[in-house]
Amino acid sequence: MIRPDAELLLEISDLHASVEDQPILKGVNLQVRAGEIHAVMGRNGSGKSTLSKVLAGHPAYRVTAGSVRYRGRDLFELEPEERARLGVFLGFQYPVEIPGVSNLEFLRVATNARRQSRELDELDTFEFEDHVREKLQVVQMDPAFLERSVNEGFSGGEKKRNEILQMALLEPVVAILDETDSGLDIDALRIVAAGVNQLAGPDNATLLITHYQRLLDEITPDYVHVMAAGRILRTGGRELALELEQTGYDWVDRELAAQGVA
Amino acid sequence: MTSVSTRDLVSQPYKYGFVTDIATDKIAKGLSEDVVRLISAKKGEPEFLLNFRLKAYRHWLTLEEPDWAALGYPAIDYQDIVYYAAPKQPQEKKASLDEVDPKLLETFEKLGIPLNEQKRLSNVAVDAVFDSVSIATTYKEKLAEHGVVFCSFAEAVKEHPELIERYLGTVVSSNDNYFAALNSAVFSDGSFVFIPKGVECPMELSTYFRINSGDTGQFERTLIVAEEGASVSYLEGCTAPMFDTNQLHAAVVELVALDDASIKYSTVQNWYAGDENGVGGIYNFVTKRGQCRGARSRISWTQVETGSAITWKYPSCVLQGADSVGEFYSVALTNNCQQADTGTKMVHVGPRTRSTIVSKGISAGRSSNSYRGLVQMAPSAKGARNYSQCDSMLIGDQAAANTYPYIRSQQPQAAIEHEASTCRISEDQLFYLQSRGIGFEEAVSMMVSGFCRDVFNQLPMEFAAEADKLLALKLEGSVG
Ligand SMILES: Nc1ncnc2c1ncn2[C@@H]1O[C@H](COP(=O)(O)OP(=O)(O)OP(=O)(O)O)[C@@H](O)[C@H]1O
Ligand SMILES: [Mg+2]
Repeated sequence: MIRPDAELLLEISDLHASVEDQPILKGVNLQVRAGEIHAVMGRNGSGKSTLSKVLAGHPAYRVTAGSVRYRGRDLFELEPEERARLGVFLGFQYPVEIPGVSNLEFLRVATNARRQSRELDELDTFEFEDHVREKLQVVQMDPAFLERSVNEGFSGGEKKRNEILQMALLEPVVAILDETDSGLDIDALRIVAAGVNQLAGPDNATLLITHYQRLLDEITPDYVHVMAAGRILRTGGRELALELEQTGYDWVDRELAAQGVA
Repeated sequence: MTSVSTRDLVSQPYKYGFVTDIATDKIAKGLSEDVVRLISAKKGEPEFLLNFRLKAYRHWLTLEEPDWAALGYPAIDYQDIVYYAAPKQPQEKKASLDEVDPKLLETFEKLGIPLNEQKRLSNVAVDAVFDSVSIATTYKEKLAEHGVVFCSFAEAVKEHPELIERYLGTVVSSNDNYFAALNSAVFSDGSFVFIPKGVECPMELSTYFRINSGDTGQFERTLIVAEEGASVSYLEGCTAPMFDTNQLHAAVVELVALDDASIKYSTVQNWYAGDENGVGGIYNFVTKRGQCRGARSRISWTQVETGSAITWKYPSCVLQGADSVGEFYSVALTNNCQQADTGTKMVHVGPRTRSTIVSKGISAGRSSNSYRGLVQMAPSAKGARNYSQCDSMLIGDQAAANTYPYIRSQQPQAAIEHEASTCRISEDQLFYLQSRGIGFEEAVSMMVSGFCRDVFNQLPMEFAAEADKLLALKLEGSVG
């Protein structure tokens, strides 16, 4: 839902970032207001995941120029955990396994860290069990997953559901979902999409990184961006995604060549 | 585990580092036959004990300090150590706590071990050892009603000399090894536990060792005997002040389990570890051994080793009785410049004896952490089984972890299974936890306690949470 007067949640200006001294992001500009759903598309290796990790604060990525303001604050002055507590959420493309750490305990500590910053009471073990069971229904996940170690031995699709479960628990202000749809079967895709739709509201925003129109059939984006060579090359409405389904990314090369980037 | 408690922990690196200012009865530095006699005389010991000490001392003189462990430290000057120090108080230990110097009670209260009636731990009997002597033992009367003896070693020598004479040195003989011989010659105090036939000890027993003097060695001696069908769970805790010199701690612990008896011995070792540059800290050379003398007896060692500059320690089980069971669960954490060479020996003698070894080593900073274990199967150990699992976790890239598993089997039908793994806490795992609002230190401690869970599950309930916090505290500033 586009409302020009809605709060500006995320303001990315001319963002440059490197990994191991190799420039990956080369001037990203993007504004996200409350209530909006943005889809970010683009070829493999165009920098989508890099953008999401820079926003979440991954230590391997170095910001070399530009700025990001989150609700008026300099995002890069905040530690990754502070960003999370203030409502920035990254659903990982490849969620890591953490053997030995109980999923339930992990979810509880994370939820309480976020609640604390919202000045809500922390939930004790019993209260949390009730709370998490409610949220499990959003992603139709089996409570048995709570008893296991974080993501350990989860199938690809189960890991993605666990990401959405975390999103449901943390109630983020800005949710960045990096290919949450990949690896999901058709039913799971619907469930996850329904979950995202249910959590999206007038006070938060979602950044959906995806390769496929089928997710956008379920979640209607307000904006569609195409990333190429570390920048946002083109921005449009939902029809841009449909157009990409038809044309593919050949035009990207021509446009980059025209701009002398190639 | 909230972020607040982690911060609290982080702000006080070693909170037990204070020194109690108290008048002490100390003998002059140095070791000789006269010193051995003097210690024995000060304690008013019977002749058999003096002879035990002298024999050990004479044997010790013929031994060389062992050098096979993966440990490096400057030579220890055994003449530069005080072998007896005791807080000045009336000669005999008093039955009533009112007569104990309030400064001592205060010290133990500061350490989280209140001894007086109102505040003492509700289901744990405590023997508090300060430098060379035991100053108080709680719940003695209640235990006595069940026939359980729990007192200081010195007191046991006076009140139950026949038990001491029967069992002392029968598991760890006075000539077992260099440090055991030294201990046998000069041991100061420690705890004695006797659980008579058929009695299940009604409460947790615990000894808390406190080194206070800067130049005093601590040589405690613990003996636990569980008669037929008896069972007991015992916990040992230890702390010491921060000095920039090293103090020697060479203890001996002997456990005896008769038919169907069970002894569970847990340790949370938090001696001062030295500073981040390796200055100061305790040299911990300990001989701990249990003998499953009877059929179907069981001895279980659980240790959480977090302190000491040097740790040399191999709690072991001799599985003599048929169908007896030995267990070793260990977490050893080293940080900064700490060095640990620790593990176990499982000696299978009886038929169908079983042993389990679970060792978790965590190395951070520039520390070195070695697991050294021996599984031995005697020809008589028909149908014996062992399972060993040794996991190492590395934090940062300057720490070292080694595993030295030795297997000696003279029994072809014995089954021995060994698994080992090494892992490193990855940046991506930490980032994943951080990106969910979990602070860096807490993320590390979550992963570490996850890694140690199999061992922590073995600790008595009250202490499992303590152990968790202790590890978090010890890892402060070790990552990143
Ligand atoms: N840690 C890293 N080390 C080296 N190169 C990296 C690293 N992270 C990203 N890159 C490189 O940066 C470029 C952008 O990668 P990124 O993961 O952002 O792409 P993406 O748009 O998410 O691609 P995909 O659609 O395949 O997920 C790639 O060429 C990738 O190899
Ligand atoms: Mg990607």
